[in-house]
Amino acid sequence: MIEIKGIKKGFNGTEVLKGIDAVFESGKTSLIIGQSGSGKTVFLKTLLGLHLPDDGMISYGGITTASMDTNAKRQLKQDIGMVFQGSALFDSLTVEENVMFPLKMFTKQTKKEMLERVNFVLNRVNLTNNNQKFPAELSGGMQKRVAIARAIVTNPKYLFCDEPNSGLDPRTSIVIDNLIQEITEECNITTVINTHDMNSVMEIGEKIIFLQKGLKEWEGTSKDIFKTDNEAVVNFVYSSNLFKKVRKVYLAE
Amino acid sequence: MTYIKSIGAYVIMLKSVFRRPQKIKIFREAVFKEIDDLGVKSIGIVAFISFFIGGVVAIQTALNLDDPIIPKDLIGFATKRSMILEFSSTFIMVILAGKVGSYITSSLGTMRVTEQIDALEVMGINSLNYLVLPKIIATVLFYPFLVLLAMTLGILGGWVAGVATGLFEQHDYITGIRIEFDPSLIRYSLIKSSVFAFLIATVPSYFGYYVKGGSLEVGSASTKAVVWTIVMIIITNYFLTQMLLS
Repeated sequence: MIEIKGIKKGFNGTEVLKGIDAVFESGKTSLIIGQSGSGKTVFLKTLLGLHLPDDGMISYGGITTASMDTNAKRQLKQDIGMVFQGSALFDSLTVEENVMFPLKMFTKQTKKEMLERVNFVLNRVNLTNNNQKFPAELSGGMQKRVAIARAIVTNPKYLFCDEPNSGLDPRTSIVIDNLIQEITEECNITTVINTHDMNSVMEIGEKIIFLQKGLKEWEGTSKDIFKTDNEAVVNFVYSSNLFKKVRKVYLAE
Repeated sequence: MTYIKSIGAYVIMLKSVFRRPQKIKIFREAVFKEIDDLGVKSIGIVAFISFFIGGVVAIQTALNLDDPIIPKDLIGFATKRSMILEFSSTFIMVILAGKVGSYITSSLGTMRVTEQIDALEVMGINSLNYLVLPKIIATVLFYPFLVLLAMTLGILGGWVAGVATGLFEQHDYITGIRIEFDPSLIRYSLIKSSVFAFLIATVPSYFGYYVKGGSLEVGSASTKAVVWTIVMIIITNYFLTQMLLS
């Protein structure tokens, strides 16, 4: 479980996060949504420790990051898997080497054990027979799957995904969404996804947090989002005519 | 003010670079890979330039020595001294600052803008140590060998030029390169090349690692990195010469 209290972050005098509280539970997929510039990426990077918060508290499994020493922080980072928006695969490494990289860095497994684990996770993300290809030889969807495989190869407790559907066609987006949700449930991972994809919101949002101007404007589930009368959420989620109609049908039912 | 900030950031970067590597085996592999990328792949250009520069120095010296009182062995002597003192260490390092410096900045810059460096940090890896330290070790260890190669090929190039053009006699040239042989000058040149190698690895790394933006900024950072590395080499060359030779 991840708990956040009153988290604030600013850059050059501009406050981007203005005090956000949230709880992300184990085995559940939580989504962060909001307009561009609402602070979603800064929020995610602050949770990951890529930005230090100016104020507030972040705790992982009941231990606050502020109270952790260097070793504890290093250990925590090994419990975190991250899927970046652009996949962030290492260009000079093959698919197999990319996925094996965290194992080589942080475990004492033999080459055979590592290969078995790599093949297992690649199989889990439905990406077999591509081990020796380089990232540039893969499609966007395949790269995302390799990124997911790399993120889960060390059995992390926490999984963060920054816009995992960006640049993907709707069918591949659904495959990626389902994959993340299945892995979250199977491995009891705390998953936090930063997304713009409304399909993800409707399909896999067990918990949704809507950010606006650096503040948490709304919180609920994918079912709640159909019923909400919060103007900012309605304007954001139902900005397209299609989703307006979907909502109408859902509410009528 | 910006320059002072940049120098401060460069020093802080070096502090993070010089940490104990997290996994020695992976670090060793990275060093060998960098020796190949930054050193071995530069042998061709170093050999080509040194050979022809040696030839040009010998021809120019020969053409400017039309006074019969001046001994012809001075051509070999001048070529040897020029190659050992300046061309092999400073000139070749300036060339490598362009070739290797732009490669380092663009590769690290691309890693930055495509979030590969963030990916390393999220995994709990000291990205500066992992990415930059192998480059420093590789260049500081390997570039002195490139300099020795440059000296040898430069002197050989001078000899070939003499034979090919008939501007001077073989034995004069060989006598020239033998007289007043001072090993301390080779030591001076190797010390200089190690310092320049350090600059070639770290200055472009600084520009690449801290790049912000997209591909345009990566290109601009590469240009700045090459310019500043050359500036640093020239300034350091002046002070090292003062310190080591005077």
